[in-house]
Amino acid sequence: MPTGIANNDPEQARRFRELALPHLDAVYTLARYLLRDAADADDAVQECYLRALKHFHTYQGPAIKPWLFAILRNVCNAEYARRAHAPSTGADELPENAEQAPLWHEAEETPEAAMVKQHDVGTIRRLIAGIAEPFRETLVLREIENLSYREISDVAEVPVGTVMSRLARARAMLRSAWLAEQEKTK
Amino acid sequence: MTCEEAEILLHALVDGELDAGHAREVEEHLSTCAKCAAAARDYREIRKAMADGGLRYAAPPELRRRIEASLPHAKAPTRRALLQGFAMGSAVSAIAATGLFAIVLRGDDEQRLQTAFVSAHLRSLQANHLTDVISTDQHTVKPWFNGRIDVAPPVVDLGSQGFALIGGRLDYIDGRPVGAVIYRRRQHVINLFVTQGAGTESRPATMESMQGYNIRRWTDRGLDYWAVSDLGREELANFGEKFEAAARAT
Repeated sequence: MPTGIANNDPEQARRFRELALPHLDAVYTLARYLLRDAADADDAVQECYLRALKHFHTYQGPAIKPWLFAILRNVCNAEYARRAHAPSTGADELPENAEQAPLWHEAEETPEAAMVKQHDVGTIRRLIAGIAEPFRETLVLREIENLSYREISDVAEVPVGTVMSRLARARAMLRSAWLAEQEKTK
Repeated sequence: MTCEEAEILLHALVDGELDAGHAREVEEHLSTCAKCAAAARDYREIRKAMADGGLRYAAPPELRRRIEASLPHAKAPTRRALLQGFAMGSAVSAIAATGLFAIVLRGDDEQRLQTAFVSAHLRSLQANHLTDVISTDQHTVKPWFNGRIDVAPPVVDLGSQGFALIGGRLDYIDGRPVGAVIYRRRQHVINLFVTQGAGTESRPATMESMQGYNIRRWTDRGLDYWAVSDLGREELANFGEKFEAAARAT
């Protein structure tokens, strides 16, 4: 059976642990933003690590994080296909306090400070969750997972130019959502 | 430059992905266009707000446990457990030393790794940190690594070629114990870090610079090599070539 190489080789398994496990939080973070559901993210991440171990002998380096992300992305796309007829509302994000006011808000601010008055994590997460795919994915890979354009292009299997235009769209959406949020809380 | 072009390119500017020529063009446009300048300012603010780490999630302990349990266990855990305990002390200082650079550098994995090696080099230059085993004899240094790390770094004598062997050290890079073989040329220290590579192939050397240090990196027969030094590029390349030739001859 050609697929069992990594599983049967204790040295491979040990290397997989050392390389892949330190990125568990990063993989889980991406899963949360892609699927917008904690339980689905759990399942996707576990499936991702199983697949990654199974195909570990095909891993060529250098950076393992984008490689894991690419696998997770495939897992998540399968999950999307499964729930295709049940559109997500994003309602799983921050159930009770989704409308919570920002932690602090200044009535008067300089133009420079106008944008980010609220470092309220819950609000920002909710705004990100409201961005449509594939723009959300691009934004999260860049801003939260800190991948380079080249790495994002590898993970999402699109040219770098597409990464740039998607990122521009994503940030524009987030910016207007952000400004609207600001208006609402004034 | 038109606003349409700038609307896309200013993101690459904000992300530090633009080459110098294009960066200047975008900057020029931003200095004359208030609308694009406002957008760039907002995007920088958004980046800052998103980058502080608060938006990340931590994997639930139960998920971590399940995944760890699903992985096959390696044999002989006792020695490994011992090593991990041994390496923990240097991990703490490693984090302290790299923290400074983490702020000013982009976080690509490659970039991060390179930063970690340069930091390890800097750390090694602090008093009494350079060597764990001091010896100019390759036959003393090489066996010293046995049982301390999971690779056997080739240790070759390059003394007759102008690179004196000083000793070896156990370092800790990116969560893994790493062997360092230390050479000296005149007053310049060379740290040669040796780690298990991702495959068994060999890759030709690349030379990079970071914070005034040169880094020559190559892969040979499944081992990754990172030579870090304040030596000039030519001399470091010369060292690498001599080492590769001598290592292959062993």
